[in-house]
Amino acid sequence: MSRETIVNIVLALLLLAIPLGASAMGEQFYVTLATRIAILALAATGLNIALGLGGLVSFGHAAFFGLGGYAAGILATHAFNAEPLFFGLPGTTSMPVIWLVAIMVCGLVALPIGAISLRTTGVYFIMITLAFAQMIYYFAISWPAYGGEDGLSIYVRNAFPGVNTAQPLPYFLICYVVLMAALGLFWLLRGSRFGAALQAARQNATRLSAVGIAPFNIRLVAFAISAMVTGLAGALFADLNRFVSPSMLSWHMSGELIVLIILGGKGGLFGPVAGAMLYVLFEFALGGITERWQFFLGLILLGVVLFARGGLLGLLAGKARHG
Amino acid sequence: MKNILAASMFTLSLAASGLAYAESVKIGVITTLSGGGAGLGVDMRDAFALAMKQSGNKDVELVIEDDAQKPEIAVQLAEKMIQSDKVDLLTGIIWSNLAMAVVPNAVAQDIIYLSPNAGPSALAGANCNKNYFNVAYQNDNFHEAMGQYANKDYKKTFILAPNYPAGKDSLTGFKRYYKGELVGEVYTQVGQTDYAAEIAQIRDSGADSVFFFLPGGMGISFMKQYAQSGVNIPVMGPGFSFDQDILPAVGDAALGVKNSSSWSKDLDNEANKQFVEAFKAEYDRLPSVYAAQSWDTANLILSALSKASVKDKDAFRAALKAADFKSVRGEFTFNTNNHPIQNIYVREVIKEGDVLTNKIVGTAFEDHKDAYAEQCKM
Amino acid sequence: MSLALLLEQVLNGLQLGVMLFLMAAGLTLIFGVMGLINLAHGSLYMVGAFACAAVAAATGSFWIGLVASLIAAAAAGAIMEMTVIRRLYDRDHLDQVLATFALILIFSEGTRWLFGSFPLYLDIPPLLQGAVPLPGGGQYQLYRLAIIGVGIAVALGLYLLISRTRLGMRIRAGESDREMIAALGVDIRTLYTVVFALGAALAGLAGAMVGALQSVQVGMGEPALILAFVVIVIGGIGSIKGALFGAILVGLVDTMGRFLLPKALALMMPAAQAGLIGAALASMLIYIVMALILAFRPSGLFAAQS
Repeated sequence: MSRETIVNIVLALLLLAIPLGASAMGEQFYVTLATRIAILALAATGLNIALGLGGLVSFGHAAFFGLGGYAAGILATHAFNAEPLFFGLPGTTSMPVIWLVAIMVCGLVALPIGAISLRTTGVYFIMITLAFAQMIYYFAISWPAYGGEDGLSIYVRNAFPGVNTAQPLPYFLICYVVLMAALGLFWLLRGSRFGAALQAARQNATRLSAVGIAPFNIRLVAFAISAMVTGLAGALFADLNRFVSPSMLSWHMSGELIVLIILGGKGGLFGPVAGAMLYVLFEFALGGITERWQFFLGLILLGVVLFARGGLLGLLAGKARHG
Repeated sequence: MKNILAASMFTLSLAASGLAYAESVKIGVITTLSGGGAGLGVDMRDAFALAMKQSGNKDVELVIEDDAQKPEIAVQLAEKMIQSDKVDLLTGIIWSNLAMAVVPNAVAQDIIYLSPNAGPSALAGANCNKNYFNVAYQNDNFHEAMGQYANKDYKKTFILAPNYPAGKDSLTGFKRYYKGELVGEVYTQVGQTDYAAEIAQIRDSGADSVFFFLPGGMGISFMKQYAQSGVNIPVMGPGFSFDQDILPAVGDAALGVKNSSSWSKDLDNEANKQFVEAFKAEYDRLPSVYAAQSWDTANLILSALSKASVKDKDAFRAALKAADFKSVRGEFTFNTNNHPIQNIYVREVIKEGDVLTNKIVGTAFEDHKDAYAEQCKM
Repeated sequence: MSLALLLEQVLNGLQLGVMLFLMAAGLTLIFGVMGLINLAHGSLYMVGAFACAAVAAATGSFWIGLVASLIAAAAAGAIMEMTVIRRLYDRDHLDQVLATFALILIFSEGTRWLFGSFPLYLDIPPLLQGAVPLPGGGQYQLYRLAIIGVGIAVALGLYLLISRTRLGMRIRAGESDREMIAALGVDIRTLYTVVFALGAALAGLAGAMVGALQSVQVGMGEPALILAFVVIVIGGIGSIKGALFGAILVGLVDTMGRFLLPKALALMMPAAQAGLIGAALASMLIYIVMALILAFRPSGLFAAQS
C-alpha cells in the first residue's frame, strides 16, 4: 500500500469518526461542521474532475453549486406551498428526486456553457467560465419569483426514505456516503480509458487528435460530469442550511472551491477532502480567536501556496503531486 | 470575533437589584464585524454591550460572532450557538437576506430571536412567528413615511432603488402612501458604484423631487455624485443613507436632505438623552439608528428578564411582548405580529459645528403599524 | 429622449470606460510581461483610494492626496512583487489565483485594521467642480471630463513609453522572449518590479480619482477587478490597445444598457415591469457580450500573443 493510500484511508476514517464521536458526546454542532466539510469536499471533487484530471481551470463552478441548491430550494418550496411547478408537475420533498433534478439541470446547463467555453484555453477559459457564472448570479439576484437576493428558505429538511434527515448524524451519513460514491466515481474515471484520454488531452491535445480522438468532446463530457457532481453538492448544501441564496453563486464561492483543491493537493483523489477539512477548520478556529480572522486566513493560504507545494496531501504523502 | 463579555467583569454597581430570576442567561449575537458593511454591525454590538454593562446585570453572558455579511456563515453560527453554546436568545443580524437565512430555522427550533435591524415582509405577514420579535421596524415603514411626507410638497417624483427584494419593498412602501405622479421608476444594479446614467435621466425627467433607497456604499456614491452633478431637484430617502455611520463619508452633499427614521439623537425623552450621552462617553462618536435599535433590544431583554425566567418560554414571550422598557424612541409597543407600533419622524441633515447630524422637523406617522400584520395568524 | 441626454450618456459610458482602462492597463501589462494573473489588483485600487482620502483629509488638498495615492499604490505593488509575486512567475495559473486570492483577504482586513470600519470621505477638488455646457443644451460635469482627459493622456503616455523608450523596449522584449532578454544582461528582476509598480500606480490613480465620486470603503476593489478582467479578456490579454478598446466597449455597453434597455422594453410592457426586467438584463449584459466575443474570437479582439 502506497503512502498516499494510507493517508487517504486515514482521512476517510477521520471524517467519519469525528462526527460519530461528537454525536455520542452530544456535541451536535461538530456533526454539522463535519457535514459541511463533506459537502464542500463533494463540490470540490466535482470541480477536480475538470480541474485535476482535465486541466480545465473553471472559475465558474459556483454556478453549478448554486443551481443545484436552487433545484432543491425551488422543488421544496413548491411542495411546501402545494403549488404546481410548471406543466402541472408538482414539487417534491424527496431527496433522491431532488438530486436527480439537480444533476440533470446542471448537466444540461453545463453542455452549452462548456461548448462555448472550451473553444478558449488558459486564462481565457478561466475568465469565460467566470463570465457565465456572473450572468447566472445577477439573474438570481434580480429574479423576484424565488426570493432574489433574500434567497429561499426550506422550512423542513427534505426527506430520504428510511432516514430521519432532521437529525444531524443521519444527514451527515447521507452526505458522507454520497461523497464516498463521488470519490469512487473519480477513481474509476481516472483509471478508465476515458480518463486516460482526458489526461492525454491535457498533456498533448495534438497527439490525441492524431490518434483519432477529438479532445473537445472528451473535455466537454468531463466538464458536464464535473458540473453534475458539484450540482449534487449544491442540493445537499441547501438542505444542510435549509436555505439557498445567490451568494452560493458568487465568484467568491468559485474561488473557494479552487482554494479547497489546491489546499488539499490538486489531482489527488483525496485532495478536496483534505482541503475542505483544513479550510473549514481554519475558518472555524480562527473565527473563534479573532475578529480579524480573514487576515490570518489569507496569511495561512499564502503560506501554503508558497511553501507547501502539493498542498496538504503533498506534505503528508511525502511527494508533491504533479499537475 | 468571539467576545464572551460576561457582564460580571464590569464594576458598575448593581442598581437594578430587584431581579426576580437570578439565573445565568446566554445571548447569541450574530452580526457583521468584517468587510464593507462592518460599520453597522460594530455600532450594533457596541450599543448592545454598553446597555448590558450599564444594567449591571451579572447573569447575562454574550456570545458575539462575525457573520462577514454571508448568509451561509450566519446559518452556521446560528447552529453553533444553538447546539454548542446552548444560547437562550438570538439577536444581532443587520441584513434582511441574512435574517431570512437564520430566523425561520431558529424560531422553528423554539429559539427566541429579536431583530435589532431588518424586518423583511416575508416574516411580518403569513410567516410571522411567536418566537420572532422585531424591535426595529418592518422594512417598508421608513419608505412609507417618506411617501406620506412627499404628498405635502411634491407632485412629480422620480424614484430609484437597487434591483433586489428590499429595493422593491422600498418602492412599494413609498408608492403605498404617495399620491402624486411618478415620472420615473428605476431599478439599479446591486452594488452599483456609478450613477451618472441615472442622474442624467433624473435631470431629463422634469421631476420636482427624487426619492431613493440605496443602502451602504451605494447611497454614499449616489449622494456625492448627485451633489457634484449640479442637479438641484430636492432629494429624500429613508434614514439609512443619512445616519451617523454614513454622513461623514457623504460630507456636505447631504446638508438639508429630508429623511425618515424612527429615531433621532435629538428626540426629546429621558432614555434617549441618557443613551446618547453614554454612547458618546464610551466610544467617542455619535450613535446611529442601528445603535439606538440595538440599545432598545438590549433593554427590552433586560426588562423581560426581570419579570420571567428565560427557561419558561411562554412567560418570557409574554414579558417581551409587554415591551415594558424605556425606549429611546419614546412610545413603543408591539403589534399582533410582534412588530413595533411607533412614530416615524422626518429629519433634516444639519451641521453642528463640524459634525453632520440630523434634527427632527416633523412626524410622518404617529403610532404607525405595518401593512402585513393582518395576514399574521398568531 | 433628447439629443443632449443621449450625448451625456455616451460621455458617461466613455468616462466609465476610461476608468476601467486605468485598471485594465496595469493588469494586462503584468500579464503580458510576467505571465501572471493578479486577483489582488483590485486591492491596489483600494490602497490608492484610501491613501488619497486619508492624505487629503490630513492636508486639505486633493492634489497632495493624488500624489500620495500614486506613491502608496506603487510602493504597495513593489513590496507585493518582491515578497510574494516574484515566487509565482514559474508556477501555473492555479497557484497564482490562490496566492493573490489570499492577498485580497490580507489587504481588505489589513485596511480595515488601519482605517476602521466606516467609509472615508473624499470630495472632488474645487478646481474641477461645476459643469460645462454641451452642444444641444445639456451640460456635463467638469470632473468627469477631466477623468476622460487623464485616461487619454495615460493611454498616450503608455503608448510612447512602450514604443519609444528604453524601458518600453525591454518590456516588449520581455513579452516576446523572457530567456533571451535575461541572457542579454538586462536585470530582469528589477524590470519586473518596475513593471509591477507601474501597473499598481495606475490602479492606485484610478482608485483615487474614483474615490472622489464614490464611497471609499473596504471591498471597493472587487467589482472593479471583475470588470477589469472582462475588459482585458475581451481586448486580448497582454494587449494595451485591446485593453483600451475593451474598456471603452464595456463602459459604453454597460451605461447604454442600463439607460436604454428599460426604455426599449417599456414599448412592449408596463413601465414598472420593464424597469425590473430591463435592470436584470442590463446587469447581465456585459457578460453576455464577453461570452459572445470569446465564442467567436477565443483569444479576444487584439490578441497580443498566442
